Amino acid sequence: MADILVEIVEALQLIVTGDPEVLGIVSRSLLFSGIAVVLAILWGTPLAMLIAMKQFRGKTLIKTFLNTLIGLPTVVLGLILFLVFSKGGPLGFLGLLYTPAAIMIGQAVLITPILVSIGVSSIESVDPEIMNLAKTLGASESQAQLAVLKEAASGIILSDLASFNRAIGELGVVLLVGGNIAGGGNRTDVLTTAISRNVQISEFGLAIALGILLVMILFTINIIVAVLRKANYLVELAKAPFLRIKRYRENKQ
Amino acid sequence: MTVVAELKDVTKVYGNKKAVDAVNLQIRKGEILALLGPNGSGKSTILRMLAFIENPTSGELKFQGQLVNFKNNEKERMQSTLVFQKTTLFATSVYGNIAYGLKIRKVPKETSDRKVKRTLELVKLQGFEKRNARKLSGGEQQRVAIARALVLNTKLLLLDEPTANLDPKNAGIIEEVIDTVNRENKTAIVIATHNMFQAKKLPHRIALMNEGRITEIGAPKEVFSKLSKNLARFAAVDNTFTGSAKATTAGTSKVDIGNGVKIEIAAKKRGTTVVFINPTDIILSKVAIESSARNVFKGKITEITDVDPLVKLKVDVGKSFAVQITKQSFNDLELYLNAEVFIAFKASSVQVL
Repeated sequence: MADILVEIVEALQLIVTGDPEVLGIVSRSLLFSGIAVVLAILWGTPLAMLIAMKQFRGKTLIKTFLNTLIGLPTVVLGLILFLVFSKGGPLGFLGLLYTPAAIMIGQAVLITPILVSIGVSSIESVDPEIMNLAKTLGASESQAQLAVLKEAASGIILSDLASFNRAIGELGVVLLVGGNIAGGGNRTDVLTTAISRNVQISEFGLAIALGILLVMILFTINIIVAVLRKANYLVELAKAPFLRIKRYRENKQ
Repeated sequence: MTVVAELKDVTKVYGNKKAVDAVNLQIRKGEILALLGPNGSGKSTILRMLAFIENPTSGELKFQGQLVNFKNNEKERMQSTLVFQKTTLFATSVYGNIAYGLKIRKVPKETSDRKVKRTLELVKLQGFEKRNARKLSGGEQQRVAIARALVLNTKLLLLDEPTANLDPKNAGIIEEVIDTVNRENKTAIVIATHNMFQAKKLPHRIALMNEGRITEIGAPKEVFSKLSKNLARFAAVDNTFTGSAKATTAGTSKVDIGNGVKIEIAAKKRGTTVVFINPTDIILSKVAIESSARNVFKGKITEITDVDPLVKLKVDVGKSFAVQITKQSFNDLELYLNAEVFIAFKASSVQVL
């Protein structure tokens, strides 16, 4: 018991003093997951628009498949990507295995189903007449699609944040394709993998510090999501009494 | 006479239903044309084709003398705009909504600001630029939708039931705007409506629609006089009845529209007569009230439709009457389906077509 307390005190010291090792791991995590989300947005958003806005056979099948992929165990996806990136694999010639690039691509692939799935449902919840409305006002096909995307913006931002959440807290893919390399110029250890290693080598203080920071990051993102969701609601709530007075006055006239 | 748009043998099929059936129609520069007919008669489909967001299944559509290619019609869409029956607004400010089309046309910001301001004055919403468009009342929202179309000053303006769900005050403002824009800019306007009153007042020409076809077309007077001779197809329009009239000793006439319902009108008429009563001119009460209204009937509520801020009711008194009241009145009277009610309207409120 006393040992654990000592480790916790050490962990807090590491956080408060801004230990360079801790900061390095945290910033790598944020950077890799951030770039992974940007990558996923780049290919996921057009994909979501395509699925949501076009009518084609097998649409439901694709949506169901995406939903299934969300639940895919990350270690399985990690294995698949490992085989793809390994020397004998189809992309082995790129030499990406055990590099930061492999981690970012791996995380981007991992979060694509979430991003696309939430993106599709937010685009589909937009009034179908918005597209026609934009067109009647002179918009081209792509301008009209952009108008629909704008209407779905809040849902899409939520999907981006949820994806980031998933990426930064993920272990399986990062461990298998990143290799958890903790030295040299191309370090690939991030929060989750570093926690796992430090537990194995009994560096509990460092592991606890990283664990606390990871939870804090996840918590912050969830707060942002909640605030974004509530923001609209709170504005509505604040306006409600004034609206009622306004309606009353209008009716009286 | 310049023709702005022309439909030649245009048919539109959805699934196995012909929404529009071999329609020929010319829209002339500077005219207001009303498409009058019951719901589902093809009015909206014609408007959507004229706005180039729906393509004909067969037939030709010409715009300013040019055959429209529906694969590539961005140029035409710049010159024709449609205001939907169901008010649809972008989730942004009033300004953002109205300026949308101007932005697409790359109009400079200052010009855009000026145009938005002027158009808002036209629809009597001055100073509303920064308001959240979706937070406005139903009538105000529809006025924003109309302003958003007007600001573009297109060659063709299409309005789908622009006042259908509005209270008389908002409807009045919109009718005034339509009239002004047509007079000042010589904009060709096509209005789809099933409001007989509106069809009589605003347009230069009326096209009567039924089951996807245009059955009559001409000046309002002409069409309405033809109607009285050939009326069956008109029955579907709210509160329009045909019957035989007999003069009374009081200088009025009574029109027997069947099922024991006789409507008193403030004119001397004999023989087959078509009458129309505006749904807003009918007073609804739970008990018979003593009033100057010459027409009082007892009946049952058969249908209730909520179209905020109004409620539309169908009251069966032997014949079915459409009645329009405010939501407040609806709540105050505690009305419900199958409730027994009285409807009353003055002989002078009955319009003889």
